Amino acid sequence: MREVSLSTLAIGEGGKVSQLNGADSSLRQRLMEMGIIRGTKISIERFAPLGDPIEINVRGYRLSLRKKEAEHILVHCEDK
Amino acid sequence: MNTQEKKTDTTTIPRYIALVGNPNCGKTTLFNALTGMKQRVGNYSGVTVEKKEGTFSLGSTEITLLDLPGTYSLISRSPDEKIAADILLGHHGDQGKTELAEKPQAVICVVDASNLERNLFLASQIIDLHIPVIVALTMVDSAEQMGIKVDAQKLSQLLGVPVVKINAPRKTGLDKLLFAIPQLSTSKQTERKWKMPERVEDATTEIQQLLKQAYQYEFPKAFFETLRLLSSDDLHTNGNGSLDNNIRTKLETHFQTFDKLGIDRRAVAIESRYSWIQSVCSQVLHVETVSQSLSDKLDKIFTHKIWGFAVFLTLMGFMFHAIFTWANYPMELIASGINFLGESISAIIPRGDFQDLIVNGALAGVGAVVMFLPQILLLFLFLGLLEDTGYMARAAFIMDKLMSKFGLHGKSFIPLLSSFACAIPGIMATRTIENRKNRIATILVAPLMSCSARLPVYTLMIATFIPNIIVGIFSLPALIMFAMYIIGIVAALSVATFFKKTFLKSAPSIFLMELPPYRKPSMKTVAIYMWERAVHFLSRAGTIILGVSIILWFLATYPKMENATPSQRLENSFAGRAGKFIEPIIKPLGFNWKIGVGLIGSLLQREVFVSTMGTMYNIEDSQSGKSSTLIEKLQNDVDTTTGKKIFTPLVALCLMIYYVLSMQCMSTIAVTKRETNGWKWPAVQFGYMTVLAYVVTFFVYRVGISLGF
Repeated sequence: MREVSLSTLAIGEGGKVSQLNGADSSLRQRLMEMGIIRGTKISIERFAPLGDPIEINVRGYRLSLRKKEAEHILVHCEDK
Repeated sequence: MNTQEKKTDTTTIPRYIALVGNPNCGKTTLFNALTGMKQRVGNYSGVTVEKKEGTFSLGSTEITLLDLPGTYSLISRSPDEKIAADILLGHHGDQGKTELAEKPQAVICVVDASNLERNLFLASQIIDLHIPVIVALTMVDSAEQMGIKVDAQKLSQLLGVPVVKINAPRKTGLDKLLFAIPQLSTSKQTERKWKMPERVEDATTEIQQLLKQAYQYEFPKAFFETLRLLSSDDLHTNGNGSLDNNIRTKLETHFQTFDKLGIDRRAVAIESRYSWIQSVCSQVLHVETVSQSLSDKLDKIFTHKIWGFAVFLTLMGFMFHAIFTWANYPMELIASGINFLGESISAIIPRGDFQDLIVNGALAGVGAVVMFLPQILLLFLFLGLLEDTGYMARAAFIMDKLMSKFGLHGKSFIPLLSSFACAIPGIMATRTIENRKNRIATILVAPLMSCSARLPVYTLMIATFIPNIIVGIFSLPALIMFAMYIIGIVAALSVATFFKKTFLKSAPSIFLMELPPYRKPSMKTVAIYMWERAVHFLSRAGTIILGVSIILWFLATYPKMENATPSQRLENSFAGRAGKFIEPIIKPLGFNWKIGVGLIGSLLQREVFVSTMGTMYNIEDSQSGKSSTLIEKLQNDVDTTTGKKIFTPLVALCLMIYYVLSMQCMSTIAVTKRETNGWKWPAVQFGYMTVLAYVVTFFVYRVGISLGF
């Protein structure tokens, strides 16, 4: 298990959210309301054609967010 | 006794019901299915968010349904999303005085079965409000296609409120939903089902009590305010002003305790709610894994590095082409209809001021308004389809990186693209941009995109003064025309960047956007959407446009001059005098007073410049193919004092640049006023564009002169 930022993962990779790090309070609140809280499983679905934003899979739905926003989401990622 | 009972029975039916749900949950489809065409669209006082109400009848009772804007949470901090919370909690508007809307007596909460966990987050907040609630479960069949089955009965039992499965497009389940409404008021309030850790619960109860004492808050408001304070960084204010000192001290003490216990106060309420939701879902959901969904397969293509762009560009190209060319046929039809009407009226009403007012003032104004309808309807047909299928979110996903370089959102792209056809529908299309500052920035720069009304001006100037030489593989006229578009784009993006860095600066704007599964569009939803936009444009912007066109007609007609040529009459009119009056101001740009009259006349619509010039130069009918004579006259016009030609290629170029950058379109001003709900932003828009146009044109003219053109 390693703790990494969501923005560093590749397509298909993912893990459980360990913490929301350094995000400003409105972004943090919004991420949590959208279901991204400690322990939530998330994975990278794809990247936009220009590489940003990212599409992730969370609680069975698809959410897109900019890499800058994804940097604040730390996940426990299973080593392959 | 019996009649007495019946009477109380009908009075307890809630007559004012709010429809609440996440974005993309099928709320609009349900709203349309319930109310049909009995809808009214207005604005909440003091805010730009649209207020949509409709009615339907239940037996003999007429019920008003308020369609609240889609939201993910009631504790959101963004002003646009606060509406739902403010109305449900009975808060007052931002101005503090006016109430946004009456507090609903009951709520229909729309929950997407294919996305149950996140949808239940809002639903459970609604249940916490202790307002009678029915949960309408939508998208049941798409959930089943995804291998998800929902046990509605069990869900109802766990939530403690009625749950009805509905399929709004097919109109199934609606009768059950209606049947549940009269029983709502009798359903009893239950205790909150989700719980936070004990210490937090105790603290919450205490703060709630203090808020009730200090501000006379009722239960749900006190509870939600406590939750907000619990996660807030700012303990100095509450909804209405400064926070009571005693409450702040209490909160700070509690926060220290939480810290010691390792409780994250900002996350605790949301985490506790979600963990209860997860336990609910584990009991009501039966999930079988199915192979990749159709939506995923489509996204493999639609957001692919190469194919994604190909599809996107094709769609946008098609849409743009359609608005640009298809709209021409109905527009010509409208023009000839207006002409025919004018001739018929002229035949009935005797010649004179009154006839002139009706035909050239009022009717021309009506024409100017109605002329926009084909473009507006076409654009909203496409936007409605893009939105309803779910592609709109992908378009924003694809374009976001590019647009974010200019401080804008991916969703700004389509409004700006549409503005190449006409800024009116473009500005109306900015409604999909949730972030207010991004939306204002997009509205402000949209008119810089070269719209179709500028084409006649460009064409006239190019045909008159730009020699048809070949430069490389392109002709000079084509290059100049292309340059005008580029100037507009560069200006729009630079101005947007500037605004977003200065007075529209926002805390790093949040992109977070759901990518809903692709769905078959509902023609009814799209048709109602188009209808709404068209009615709105006609009733709000249309009246302003009509009024201003009558004023412009007046200025160009009075004072009257008998026995004179049209050009003498125009010269003698208020507009002509104004043209002379502004001559000293526009002289540094190389423009004379005749151009000044053209500029004033074309405030109505830019293309009016061509016909005004025609009148100025005594061309009887400049619009119907005789423009070649106008070209000659323009080319040969000589300044009587200096003997030099008035129009040089440089002046023509300057005039074109002026038209690219200036706000020569009062219809746009009217729409900006309507969409931003006030005169502030249209004033800013008119002001910055006029200054920008003047400064750039001045600079180009001076440089041109010094280079010897």
